[in-house]
Amino acid sequence: MNICIGGAAGDGIETMAGILEKTLQRSGYYVYSMRDFMSRIRGGHNFAQIRFDSEPVKAHIDALDILIAYDNRTYDEHQKRLKPDGLLLCDPQLGVSDSRTLPIKLKTLAKESGSARTIGVVCIGALVKLLGLDLRTAETVLRETLPEKLLDMNLTAVQKGFDSVEQKQTLASPNVKGQLLLTGAEAMSLGALAGGLRFYSAYPMSPSTSLLNFFAAHAEEFGLTVEQAEDEIAAINMALGASYAGAKAMVGTSGGGFSLMVEGLGLAGIAELPVVIVDVQRPGPATGLPTRTEQSDLLFACFASQGEFPRMVITVRDHPDAFYQTARALQLAQKYQIPVLLLSDQYLADSAAIVAPPDIGKAVQSVSPLKQDEGGAEAYLRYAFTDSGVSPMRVPGKTDALVRSDSDEHTEEGTITESAEVRVQMVDKRARKLELLAGELLEPAYTGAEDPDVLLVGFGTTTNAVAEAVIRLNKHGVSIGALAFGDVYPLPTKELRNYWGKAKAVYSVEQNATAQLNKLIRMETNLSCTDSILKYDGRQLSVDDILHGLAAFGIGGEVPA
Amino acid sequence: MTNKTFHTTETAWCPGCGNYDIVNTLAGVLDDMRFKPSELLLVGGIGQAAKLNQYVNANGFSGLHGRALPAAVAAKMVNESLTVIVNTGDGDSYGEGGNHFLHNIRRNVDITHFAHDNQIYGLTKGQTSPTSDSCSVDRTGACNLSKPFQPLLIALAAGATFAARTFSGNREHMAKVMKAAIRHKGYALVDILQPCVSFNKVNTFGYYKEHTYELEGDYDATDLETALLRSMEYGPKIPIGIFYQVEKPTYHQQRPAIYDGTPMIDKQLSQDTLQTFLNKFA
Ligand SMILES: Cc1ncc(C[n+]2csc(CCOP(=O)(O)OP(=O)(O)O)c2C)c(N)n1
Ligand code: SF4
Ligand SMILES: [Mg+2]
Repeated sequence: MNICIGGAAGDGIETMAGILEKTLQRSGYYVYSMRDFMSRIRGGHNFAQIRFDSEPVKAHIDALDILIAYDNRTYDEHQKRLKPDGLLLCDPQLGVSDSRTLPIKLKTLAKESGSARTIGVVCIGALVKLLGLDLRTAETVLRETLPEKLLDMNLTAVQKGFDSVEQKQTLASPNVKGQLLLTGAEAMSLGALAGGLRFYSAYPMSPSTSLLNFFAAHAEEFGLTVEQAEDEIAAINMALGASYAGAKAMVGTSGGGFSLMVEGLGLAGIAELPVVIVDVQRPGPATGLPTRTEQSDLLFACFASQGEFPRMVITVRDHPDAFYQTARALQLAQKYQIPVLLLSDQYLADSAAIVAPPDIGKAVQSVSPLKQDEGGAEAYLRYAFTDSGVSPMRVPGKTDALVRSDSDEHTEEGTITESAEVRVQMVDKRARKLELLAGELLEPAYTGAEDPDVLLVGFGTTTNAVAEAVIRLNKHGVSIGALAFGDVYPLPTKELRNYWGKAKAVYSVEQNATAQLNKLIRMETNLSCTDSILKYDGRQLSVDDILHGLAAFGIGGEVPA
Repeated sequence: MTNKTFHTTETAWCPGCGNYDIVNTLAGVLDDMRFKPSELLLVGGIGQAAKLNQYVNANGFSGLHGRALPAAVAAKMVNESLTVIVNTGDGDSYGEGGNHFLHNIRRNVDITHFAHDNQIYGLTKGQTSPTSDSCSVDRTGACNLSKPFQPLLIALAAGATFAARTFSGNREHMAKVMKAAIRHKGYALVDILQPCVSFNKVNTFGYYKEHTYELEGDYDATDLETALLRSMEYGPKIPIGIFYQVEKPTYHQQRPAIYDGTPMIDKQLSQDTLQTFLNKFA
């Protein structure tokens, strides 16, 4: 089942979608829900798309079973995606003439319930009936979600909606129990807490602000330092000061803010200060499309900053990955005393999915601590030359030794030097960390035929859509497979070389215009893709987009669901 | 020297630079106040003044040009038991770091900020700084065609709870003001007039000696209006002293639910607490 709810900004689409998702979750379904919002507070066109099933759903698809249109624009924009036997739910006042219409006097019923703003809840009531769900489940969710004073009118509204239609569907019986409903931003925030986060600073910027909101809302509960900085430059420099003073620190932003943070990224590199930088990508450059999605900061994240120093770039693939990778990123940053960049995007941050409860213990143990000789108080050298390149780290105030951190090139003590010899030794010491770090890299996940004729390579949040497309094609006898990178820089190359050797053609699937993953692969391995499927209109690649893209290369063709 | 805890090391400053008086006075003040080096964190940005932390035996953080304050306040946020002192230049504090200057005054984190104000960019060899004097007809060298920045006036307007000026050549006065600033609970700004012998040929040691005078003995440092007026007095006569000092809740005091004196590093979240929280998403 795939439902789309659309209207203007300010119509309460977000609230309604949230209640519907929770109701479906509590009814026992797997849910995958995405948001497509404009950068405005009122008017325009916003929609939420909710896919649910008794089998796991991990990506969005285009074809709609139900379209709920608050306004004519929603109908005009989405009606072509509504299946011929689909249902259009809308107020007869819209005057839409479409045989798929199920008219409900939404506005009248909402007003009768006590407020025009209950229109979304009237829709929920109607949906519950149509789909044969239990009305009590929806009522429970309303009780949990809404403030006391709004409850009565909404309970009336959900009943009125329920009574306004007849049941149309009998769905496969649901089977999901004890699972969590998380947005990508929530999964990432929870992962950060599991990873030991103690300090978060940020300047609001879509689509990263949900992280700041989450941490600010829970700062007291978890005893965290959370600071809204005066700008992103302050945010990163605060995080580095906090990190130096022993707090695991993270900053979150989008590409524009990350651009401002770049000098700080270099400071983390030379001063060897652990920090995690989250870039929740949106289409750039400059302001770009503020509320939409893209994967175009990949190469920027890998190479931003003057100078040379080790860093790690991880792209998060889906909701569970957002949890585990964020926890892992904080620990890797700490272990190697490096900046770790986490690339997410608007699509993942704002979409919600049903996931198995993340295993906190597993997240904490995902990085083994580095065994190191701590040395005595007398001899403490913040930047001691070691075989691993990692110098024992002490926290000022927590040791009698003095801890000195420096953005200039420095001696082992951490004081300025211009010695040619020490400079080379320090550059080499920092670079040596990459040798150990190579052992931490996670190979890309593979889905598909054992010896694929066609290999797809992708990274980050397109992963599940690519996998679903591959599975469908495999069922139709197409010999295809896909590698989905999470860790991208340093680039793990073992599986890449393995599958590349088997395939006759390799395509990168990317949410950017210049095939950045393809470039990165070429740079690191000298291998080059046959071609790429690229999307950069600010809307996330769907399973259908990938199938169509492959069909254009003569692979697959028409593939039924 | 032997019975002193704090000492300074060889520096990269020009002979005769006002920074020597500042670092030596500061080391004496830290001794008098009986700090332990390991409890002290000296923070700098980049510039001549910013190098000070490298020359004193304490914890030291040399960050980026203009970005000393964000790093300093954050270190204090996560560990209240550190005494955090920023030493950095006028360009660093008021130019490149101007936005941080404004907003950290508003935060009122309990740190001390010594701005070494030589009215010039020293390290980059003599360009105009925000506080350089206005250009006069016969002025040679760096000067401002833009209106000079008034650190104390701006700090007071932004809500500073401690704002002072001193002169590196008046070590007794400087020591007194430094102690008061370090003792002050909240963000304390001290603008320290500091001769740059190499590049500022106008605002010299003799110039400051001639033009500065101490605020009157009966000056009321708790009166904001007076402080605002006196902070605008800058010309043939330059007042030095504590212009304004009041107690207001610090950053930490305003957030008692989060801060109880325990450093963040010692406050780890238990897996059980997190597990319970996760269950709310079921
Ligand atoms: C981002 C950046 N821009 C410019 C510089 C070059 N720079 C170093 S110090 C400095 C100005 C120094 O002036 P001030 O802060 O007054 O310190 P002083 O040397 O006078 O003590 C500048 C512009 C830099 N290091 N970083
Ligand atoms: S250039 Fe000026 S401020 Fe810098 S060390 Fe020399 S005299 Fe001091
Ligand atoms: Mg200066």
